Amino acid sequence: MLELHHVCKWFGGLPALQDVSFTVETGRITALIGPNGAGKSTLINCISGVDKAQEGRILLEQEAIEKLPAHRIAALGVARTFQNLKVFARLSVLDNVLTGLTVAAESSFTVSMLRLPALRHQERQLRLRALEALDHFNLSAKANWPASALSYGDKKRMEMARAFVGSPRLVLLDEPVAGLNSAETARIARHIRQQRRSGHTMLLVEHDMELVMDVADHVVVLDSGRCIASGPPDTVRRNPLVLEAYLGRMEATA
Amino acid sequence: MMTSRENLFYFCYLHRTGLTVIGLCLLLIGWPLVETNPYNLGLTNLIAIFAMVVLGLNLFIGYTGQISLGHAAFFALGAYGSAIGTTTLGWPAWPVMALAAIGSAAIALAVGLPALKLSGHYLAMATLGFNIVVYTILIQWDTVTGGPSGFAGIPYLAVGALVFDNEIHFHYLVWTFAMLALLSSLNLVRSGAGRGLAALAEDETAAAALGVDIRSAKVKVFILSAVLASIGGSLFAHCYAFVSPDSFSIFVSVDFVIMVVVGGMGSIWGTLFGTALITLLPEWIEALDAYKDIVHGLILVLILIFLPQGLVTGITDTVRTRIALRRSRHA
Amino acid sequence: MADFQDLLQFLFAGITSGAIYALIALGFSVVHNTMGIVNFTQVDFVSLGGMFMFSGLFWIGLPVVAALVCAVAAVTAVGMAVERFGVRPSRSQNHLVLIFLTIGLSIILRGIMKLVWGKNRMAVPPLAGEEPLHLAGATILPQAVVILVMTALAIGLLVLFFRGTRMGLAMRAVASNQTAAAVVGISVGRVKAASFALAAGLGGLAGVLVTPITTLSYDVGVLLGLKGFAAAILGGFGSFPGAVLGGIGLGLLESLSAGYWSSAYKDVAAFVVLLLVLFIRPKGLLGK
Repeated sequence: MLELHHVCKWFGGLPALQDVSFTVETGRITALIGPNGAGKSTLINCISGVDKAQEGRILLEQEAIEKLPAHRIAALGVARTFQNLKVFARLSVLDNVLTGLTVAAESSFTVSMLRLPALRHQERQLRLRALEALDHFNLSAKANWPASALSYGDKKRMEMARAFVGSPRLVLLDEPVAGLNSAETARIARHIRQQRRSGHTMLLVEHDMELVMDVADHVVVLDSGRCIASGPPDTVRRNPLVLEAYLGRMEATA
Repeated sequence: MMTSRENLFYFCYLHRTGLTVIGLCLLLIGWPLVETNPYNLGLTNLIAIFAMVVLGLNLFIGYTGQISLGHAAFFALGAYGSAIGTTTLGWPAWPVMALAAIGSAAIALAVGLPALKLSGHYLAMATLGFNIVVYTILIQWDTVTGGPSGFAGIPYLAVGALVFDNEIHFHYLVWTFAMLALLSSLNLVRSGAGRGLAALAEDETAAAALGVDIRSAKVKVFILSAVLASIGGSLFAHCYAFVSPDSFSIFVSVDFVIMVVVGGMGSIWGTLFGTALITLLPEWIEALDAYKDIVHGLILVLILIFLPQGLVTGITDTVRTRIALRRSRHA
Repeated sequence: MADFQDLLQFLFAGITSGAIYALIALGFSVVHNTMGIVNFTQVDFVSLGGMFMFSGLFWIGLPVVAALVCAVAAVTAVGMAVERFGVRPSRSQNHLVLIFLTIGLSIILRGIMKLVWGKNRMAVPPLAGEEPLHLAGATILPQAVVILVMTALAIGLLVLFFRGTRMGLAMRAVASNQTAAAVVGISVGRVKAASFALAAGLGGLAGVLVTPITTLSYDVGVLLGLKGFAAAILGGFGSFPGAVLGGIGLGLLESLSAGYWSSAYKDVAAFVVLLLVLFIRPKGLLGK
C-alpha cells in the first residue's frame, strides 16, 4: 500500500530523517516505534503532507505523493489522527465526524447554497455513514454534544471515528492511546483490531509497547531519524540494536 | 411510540431552521402593514441592506476565521458601480447590478489570492489599505464619482411596470434579497463545504489533512462576501438615489465588523441580530449622539472581554453545553 | 536648478513626515514585541498628543517646552490606563479577538476625545516660530527641523533605554521569550504595562510634533497612525531599525509621488506600495 524510499528531511542543519525506507502492506497494521525524537511524528507529517521531505519518494499504491499538498493526499484516501488531538471544539461530535467525509461531500459553494435535491440526498447518506461510525466507536449517545464537552478518551475515539468514516485506503494513527488509562487503551486496541478485520491498512505510531505487540503485524524501528530494524513484533523486540536504542537513552538520563 | 404532541415537537425541532425562516418571512410580509411610519421602515430597510454585507463578512470572519477591515470597499464598488452604470452610462439597472457584482468578484479574486496568504494583522492591514485606496479614489476621481459631495440622481429599480420608489416597495425589494442571502448562507453553513470552512477556522492543519483545500476555500469565501457586499451596495444606491464616499470609509468597515462580533462570529442568525442592534442603536440613544462612538466601542470591548463568541453564539453554546451536561448526569 | 530645488524640497518633506511615521512605527513595534498584539489605539495616542498640547498651551497657559513634556506625560498615563483597564481584563488568546479589542478601545478613545475637545478642527502653533528657513534654495519650516531633531533625540534615548537600563533589558527579555523571562524573575505584567506606556509616549510625541503642521482633530491620528503601521510592516514588523527605515522610506515615497505624480493620490501611492510589499515580501525590508 505505502512505500517509502530513502526519505530524508532536515530542519535547518539538523537531520530529522535519514534514508528511511520501508513498506506498509495492504490490510496489515505496521507499527512505527522508537525513542523520543526519533523522527516518528516528522515521518507521519511527511506522509500525510503536513510537512515535506527534502529527498526520497513516498508511493501510495505506486502513486508518488511526496510532493502533493495535504488535501490532495487526503483526497487519495489517506486519513490520520493527531498525537495532540486536533478536534473541532466548537462543532458537534457528529459534525466532527462528518468532516472526515469532506472528500466525499460536495465542495461547490453554489450547489451548497442552492441546496439542490441531489445535495440533500448526499447529506442524508453522509449523516448515516457518520452515525454508523459513531456507533462503531460507542459515541452514538453523544452525537449532538459539542465536541468540547467530551472527555479526553472520548475525544481520542472521536478522532478515530473521523479518520475511519471515509473508508480510507490508509490510516495513520499518531499515538492513539497517549494519555489514556489501561481500560481506555484496551478499548482502542479493540477498535483497531476491529478495523483491521474490516480490511483497513494502518500505520501506527506508538510508545505503548503492549499495544504494539498486541496489534501490530509488522514493526519498524526508528532511532535518530534512521531505520534501525524492521520485522515481526517478536523478532524486533529481541533485536539488540532496538534494545540499545531504548535502554541506551534511559541510561543517559539516569 | 411518541404521542402526537411529541411528534409535533420533534418535527419542529428537526425543521427548526426552515420553520424559523418561514416565520421570519411571514413577519416581514406583514411588517409594512403594522409599521406605517416611513422613517421606521427606512430603518428596517437599512438593516436589510447592511445585513447582506454583514452576512458575507460573517462567513469570512466568523466562519473561516479571517479578518477584513475593508469590506466597505466592496459595498462601495457595488454602489458606485450601479450609480455610474445607470446614471452616467444609462445602462439598465439589473444587468448593471450583476456586472458590478461580477466586477467585485474579479477584484476580490485579484486582491484575495495574494492577500489571503497572509493572516492576522498583515491581512488586517492589507484589507485596510485596500479600503483606503478605494475611498481615496472615490474622493479624488471626482469627474467620475462626483467627489466628496457625492453622486446624485440614481434611478430607482423597476420590475416591469412596478417601480421601487417608496419605503414600502423598498422593504419588499431589499428584504427579498436579504432573505435569499440568509437562506443561501444557512444552506452553505449546513453543507459539507460549510463544515470545511468551520474546520478551517479552528485548525487549518487538521482541515487540510481531512481534504479541505485551504487556499481555495478562503478565496471562495472572500469572493462570496464581496459579491454579497456589492449587491447590498447596488441596492443602497438605488434606494437612496444618492451615494457619497462617507458611507464607505474604513470607519464603516469597522462598524460592519462590530455587527459581526456583536451578533456572534459564525452565527448566521446572530448576523441579523447584530446588524439590527448596531443600526438601531443611534435611534435609541438619540439624545446621546455625542456618546455614540463611546457606546459602539464599549459594546465591542465588553463583548470581546466577556463573551467573545458574540451574543447569539455565546448564549446558544452555553445552552447546548448545559443541556448536554444535564443529560449526561441523568444518563 | 529649479528641479534640484524641487527635489530637495520633496526629499526634506519626505524625511520629515518619515520621522513621524518612524515614531509611530516604533510604538507599534514595542507593543507587538512584548505583548504579541497589534495595538490599534496607537493611532489615538498620536491625536491625544496634539490634544494635550493644545490644552496645555491654551487651557492652562503653559510655556511651550513645559506643555510638550506634560502632553507626552499625559498620553503616557492614558496608555497605561488603556493597558490596565482595556487590554489586561481580556483573557482570550484568540488573535482575532485581541485585534478587534484594540479597535474597540480605539473607538472609545476617539469618542472621549470628541466629548472633551469637540468635533471641530483646531490649530496648534508651531513650536519654534513660523518664519521659514532657507537651505540650499529649498524652503523649510522650522517645525520640520524641530521634528527631525526631536525624533533623532527620541531614537537615541530609546537605544540608550534598551541597552542601558534594567527595564529596557527586561523588555528585550520578555520580547525574546516571555516564559523564560518570567522564570528568571522579571515581572512580565509590569513590563507589558511599561511597553504600552512607552508606545503611548512615542505616539504622543509624534502627535505633538506633527499637529502644528497638519490640523488637529479627534481623528487626525487615524490616517497618520495607519501609515505608521504600514511603515512598520514595510521595514519589517517588530524590528526597530526596520521601523525607522520603513518610516523614512514611506515618507520619501509619499513625498516623491506627491511631487512628481499627483498629490491628490499620494495616499493611494502609499497604500498600493504597502499592498505590494504585503503580497511579495510580507516580512518587509529587515523583518525576521
